[in-house]
Amino acid sequence: MLTTVARRALAAVMGLGLLVVYLPLAVVLTNSFNSSRTFAWPPSRLTTHWWSQAWQSTGARSALRTSVEAGLGATAVALVLGTMAAFAVARYRWFGRESVSFLLLLPIALPGIVTGIALNNAFRVAGARFGLLTIIIGHSTFCVVLVYNNALARLRRLGGTLEEASMDLGAGVWQTFRYVTFPLLRSALFAGGLLAFALSFDEIIVTTFTSAPGVQTLPLWIFGNLFRPNQAPVVNVVAAALIVLSVLPVWLAQRLSGEPVGARH
Amino acid sequence: MRAASAWLHRHTTARLLALLSLPVLWVVVAYLGALGAMLVAAFWTTNDFTGAVEHRLTLSNFRTLVEQPVYARVALRSLGVAALVTVVDTLIALPMAYYMAKVASPRARRLLVVAILTPLWASYLVKAYAWRVMLANGGVIDWLLQPFGTHGPGFGLTATIVTLAYLWLPFMVLPLFAGLERIPDALLEASADQGARAARTFRSVVLPLLFPALVAGSIFTFSLSLGDYITVKIVGGTSQLASNVIYDNITTGGNLPFASAAAFFPILVMVGFLVAVRRTGALEEL
Repeated sequence: MLTTVARRALAAVMGLGLLVVYLPLAVVLTNSFNSSRTFAWPPSRLTTHWWSQAWQSTGARSALRTSVEAGLGATAVALVLGTMAAFAVARYRWFGRESVSFLLLLPIALPGIVTGIALNNAFRVAGARFGLLTIIIGHSTFCVVLVYNNALARLRRLGGTLEEASMDLGAGVWQTFRYVTFPLLRSALFAGGLLAFALSFDEIIVTTFTSAPGVQTLPLWIFGNLFRPNQAPVVNVVAAALIVLSVLPVWLAQRLSGEPVGARH
Repeated sequence: MRAASAWLHRHTTARLLALLSLPVLWVVVAYLGALGAMLVAAFWTTNDFTGAVEHRLTLSNFRTLVEQPVYARVALRSLGVAALVTVVDTLIALPMAYYMAKVASPRARRLLVVAILTPLWASYLVKAYAWRVMLANGGVIDWLLQPFGTHGPGFGLTATIVTLAYLWLPFMVLPLFAGLERIPDALLEASADQGARAARTFRSVVLPLLFPALVAGSIFTFSLSLGDYITVKIVGGTSQLASNVIYDNITTGGNLPFASAAAFFPILVMVGFLVAVRRTGALEEL
């Protein structure tokens, strides 16, 4: 058993660790009100000037819109394909069933840059026009597995008995899905969709290789303006806003499921 | 609609095929096809004068990668960075996970899990940017270290390791926490009853049981560090890692065959890693 000293030491490391985890985020939040253009620390005066300037930044606004559109598109594809694959694996026995999980996991397990250049090459060969659509295709390659994992776990836990009962009572394939399976699956799909959207919203590497010069997502916009000193305060405000927004999915997940939703483990 | 439903009800195989066709088509065409094409492209080359891709099989890209010492240096540096990030994260995450699993009250434990999970939702880029601000000349780190008569490391390889370790820390804490939670307290008590001190119990009881979780965490920290080129661009100064070679050859060099050949390095390292740890049972912990 642990001595009191050991317990206190562990508690101290825990506290210190959490401090280190949250300190950089707090610094970004504070700096968004720092009147100094170069973020002199500690801030001598606070201002909301940068927030209003960022609000008027057309580049950041259109990047935000692109990000939301790409996220929604990728999430929609992931929801449809992930649910279908999960059904095929959970409810049927067939040759090659075991390898589906591995296949779907590949795009997330391999470094993003590998997926990025592979898709870039494929789009060029296929003669596709780079833009929002290619970004959505790129993002959905690694989003499918998030929905798939959540849906598969839920389908396995539910078993097939309720669906069989529904069919025995005369419901067709669609009716069973609509009135029996889907309501039971809804919260798992929501969790998977939330993860997929968050991952797409945050993605930069695959996006770099699948977007066109005029089409920027928010991470691309931040990265593009990161090294421009006169844009620094606006970039910092956007970063601060994203930190504040990141609490939203955690809160949503907590409210809806009562337990924390993690990055799939 | 009704007829289709009745038909699908009678034909199980048709139902399965209908479900499978789209996802499989998607993965095979959009992903595996692209991946395969890229791996083939690695054996092509570009014309020295025009820069156009020549569709002729050759090993010249791989020969360049092996023969020019700069690529060996970059590869070793990348492996070193990934290994160091993994070690740093393990050393920080172990006591944190141990506190969460074995010391904290159930209520505190739930809150701590949320506290560790929440930053995962914050943008990766924003977190790397936060460290750029922290490590900048005259930034928070310099300000904190000033009373001790020293200053921060500035931008460079050290800053890269610190930032990567920060980014991937939750990916190490969570598997370790899950692994520790599964070890029954009775085992630790039994070890103490036999006269083992805490350190001995940790070494002889906890660590062997925790090993798969430790490997699972290091798969994340290692592979995520190995594939990174953004962080090193943001806080790394002029340092180059393996993924930068791939990136630069695409964006500024326009040399897709060479970039594809360079991409073999992270793929082979990660496949080797996964094969090596398969026996530990770590893959089931992911």
